[in-house]
Amino acid sequence: MKRRNTEPYVRLTRPLVRDSGVLRPATWEEALDRAAAGIRRTLTGKGPEAFGMFSCARATNEMNFVAQKFTRAVIGTNNVDSCNRTCHAPSVAGLARVFGSGGGTSSYQEIEDADVIVIWGGNPREAHPIFFHHVLKAVHEGAKLFVVDPRRTSTGSWAHRQLQLEVGTDIPLAHAIAREIIHSGLANTTFVERATEGYAEFAASVEPWTLEVAEKTTGVPAELIRELAHTYARADRAQLSWTLGITEQHNGTDNVLSLINLALLAGQVGRYGAGLNPLRGQNNVQGGDMGAIPDRLPGFQDVLDAGVRAKFDTAWGSAIPPHHGLNLTQMLDAMERGDLTCVYIIGENPVQSEADCEHTIKRLANVDHLIVQDIFLTKTAQLADVVLPATAAWCESDGTFTNSERRVQRVRKALEPPEGARDDIELLSELARRLGHDWHYTGGEEVWDELRSLSPMHAGMSYARLEELGGIQWPCYSEDTLEPTFLHARLWAEDPAERGRPAPFTVIEHSPPVDLLTEEFPIRLTTGRRLDSYNTGVQSAGFPSPLRQGETLDLCPEDARALGVEPDELVRISSRRGEIVAPVRLDKGLKPGLAFMTFHFPDEVDVNVITIEATCPIAGTAEYKAAAIRVDKLPAEV
Amino acid sequence: MTTVDIGIPRRLVEFTVDGETIRVPEGSTILDACTAAGKDIPTLCYGDTLEPANACRVCMVEVEGSRTLVPSCSRKVEPGMVVHTDSERTRTSRKVVLELLASATDLSTTPGVAEWMAETGADPGRFGPDAATVAQPVLVDNELYVRDYGKCILCYKCVDACGEQWQNSFAITVAGRGFDARISTEFSSPLPDSACVYCGNCVEVCPTGALSFKRECDKREDGTWDESRQTATTTICTFCGVGCALTLHVQDNEIVKVTSPHESSVTHGNLCIKGRFGWQHVQNR
Repeated sequence: MKRRNTEPYVRLTRPLVRDSGVLRPATWEEALDRAAAGIRRTLTGKGPEAFGMFSCARATNEMNFVAQKFTRAVIGTNNVDSCNRTCHAPSVAGLARVFGSGGGTSSYQEIEDADVIVIWGGNPREAHPIFFHHVLKAVHEGAKLFVVDPRRTSTGSWAHRQLQLEVGTDIPLAHAIAREIIHSGLANTTFVERATEGYAEFAASVEPWTLEVAEKTTGVPAELIRELAHTYARADRAQLSWTLGITEQHNGTDNVLSLINLALLAGQVGRYGAGLNPLRGQNNVQGGDMGAIPDRLPGFQDVLDAGVRAKFDTAWGSAIPPHHGLNLTQMLDAMERGDLTCVYIIGENPVQSEADCEHTIKRLANVDHLIVQDIFLTKTAQLADVVLPATAAWCESDGTFTNSERRVQRVRKALEPPEGARDDIELLSELARRLGHDWHYTGGEEVWDELRSLSPMHAGMSYARLEELGGIQWPCYSEDTLEPTFLHARLWAEDPAERGRPAPFTVIEHSPPVDLLTEEFPIRLTTGRRLDSYNTGVQSAGFPSPLRQGETLDLCPEDARALGVEPDELVRISSRRGEIVAPVRLDKGLKPGLAFMTFHFPDEVDVNVITIEATCPIAGTAEYKAAAIRVDKLPAEV
Repeated sequence: MTTVDIGIPRRLVEFTVDGETIRVPEGSTILDACTAAGKDIPTLCYGDTLEPANACRVCMVEVEGSRTLVPSCSRKVEPGMVVHTDSERTRTSRKVVLELLASATDLSTTPGVAEWMAETGADPGRFGPDAATVAQPVLVDNELYVRDYGKCILCYKCVDACGEQWQNSFAITVAGRGFDARISTEFSSPLPDSACVYCGNCVEVCPTGALSFKRECDKREDGTWDESRQTATTTICTFCGVGCALTLHVQDNEIVKVTSPHESSVTHGNLCIKGRFGWQHVQNR
């Protein structure tokens, strides 16, 4: 495999349809008719459960609302999900299980006002730079920053202490911190007794994880674990924040729950400045609050609740199925089995973003009718039966995005889309009309007002008010009020009725990475982002970044020496799934035995050929962070 | 019970500006107070997202009882203070400061300066043709930024934005002393060899155009930059989930520049390389 300069993608401006195996340009009428005919064929032949919708965490809330409404009201299934599944689904699952709501609990201002900040399994200095500005404000004011990560990163260089743990040992580390807090008498007993349940079982479960045992398992010196435990528990306001280092493991939800346990134990949640914050990786990945998930209707309302369903059915004239739909991971499995035969993908590129991508291609190839709606002819779109050229949500349409602090902000049209591209909502409406539903949305605001009428947590956010206030955090129940910037204040209420359901501790077992290190595959590969690039590079490859260096295999100097490889030398990297070739780069922030790569240049080096598809059974997120690999020098002639 | 810290209540302070009595929140600077009262005090080094740099001396005002003129951008209002913004002394001071700056520096792309010079009757030419200038070649060493230090008035805003106040990259600072002082990277290395991460936050705060975006610079050079044909629309970044506000400057349906609204509580006018420059993909048509 040779390295070449990344060719930027060119905007799609004509619909495409597949004839005799080849995608050819078509008129809009032809393409939409073809798309609708395929859906109708599926509904007649196999019923609504054979349809799946991949909605888009890059598009507006309004588009996500319409996409899930299309899935539920037009098709009649809950099989709708988004790429949240590949990143923060464990965060949402964990937070929702304990607190009833899957959002991060604090605002950015509270980060600045915290006195202890723990960043666990994340590198926001590169992946969320403006969030890190808020962290740095706090650090300059004297806040202590702890960074827990297998790599020493640029985030870590700002830390008061760095805990460089072995990949996949987050639970032992969290357990040891919990045990230390309990044994030092630093647990917030008032909060634990009043607002939580299951403490005794939890305390018993962490008992074996002494500092010494944890040091052996995690590689973090006992003294550092002790210091983090004491500092976090003693803080007036402590923030615990994480990203994909926590979630992209085969037990991602357990990892999240083990961090939530710490916040419950120390009472570091539900107060101003104390909180739990997954940093979201996509502009609108909180858009799950629009219901583009298989178990929740808009506003995180439970699809199993008959009253909730009735409200939507009345408004939409629909009959929403009274059971959970398939999530993205389950949809891919169902494609392989031949149960899911019609798939509608909006703005997602699973062919390059899913772990073990060869497997994903086989599954999508198994689909009878694949519709892809995107701004580019991505590798996924190249497999489609019908390709619908869309507009770019963030600058060619009106709507809203929801950010990591739950702030809903206005997205505005600044550019005329290229001739031939059409708005996402308009396309969904065109298809709905062809399938017998008379949809005519005049724009984002009309969709948003429909959402506000159905989702209590969004009710108070009119476009006018979003404009006036520069965005509003959810929940916002009425147009006259604003809620506190943080969630779950109820847990601190003295009145049990106001306090409501206690937040449960979770008993969690440690489970090491699925891909075992052996003599054949002795190196642990973990993955992440670089500052100037983004995900599969489809968007970020388009600008001339002076920082761009292409894909590399990062190794520590000791490992490079042991393997006899030099910087820039091409090496073969193989795993139990496949092999790729990439040049070596040295990174002193890595420990011996740990290698690092990104997914930014899949057209040159497709890292997801070698990642492992082992998924979290609760959230369905794959273990991108822990593949076992071997690195070999290439023969001299290649 | 949940308590939310909303800070100490702010008292109002009463003082006089040009004969007019004004009440402003305690802690306001004279410049804040005057701006709020609709008075236009010129300044170059004041940045609304930055600590006052106190460097350019254009905003000096007269405070009764004070021996010297005071910088309005950093002096806080005190009860009973009597301020004159348009006295003979302030006009003369402003005139001389502008003459000194304009004789040494190229202020041709600095908004407002031509008007202020006309108002005060400033004549930079009166120091003669041999007046020392900071003229130097324009630095173009990457595809994103252009550095034209012949336009630099050493206001330090870029240093503050790159340093501890926001970006904390510390890629640029001041090298040299006296008239030889210059904004510089470490060892004057090209930007791609420096600690620069191309967030563009220095360009966002530069008042004179000494730092500019290459796209803008190229368009100015070939005569196609036309602000009268541009629209500015604020939307949200398409990359990570932080939710940064972007203002897209669009000319002839093409994004030509991205800035960030300073009043956004998410960004305070700052962005990262992707937010600032990662827009080209939508216009690869």
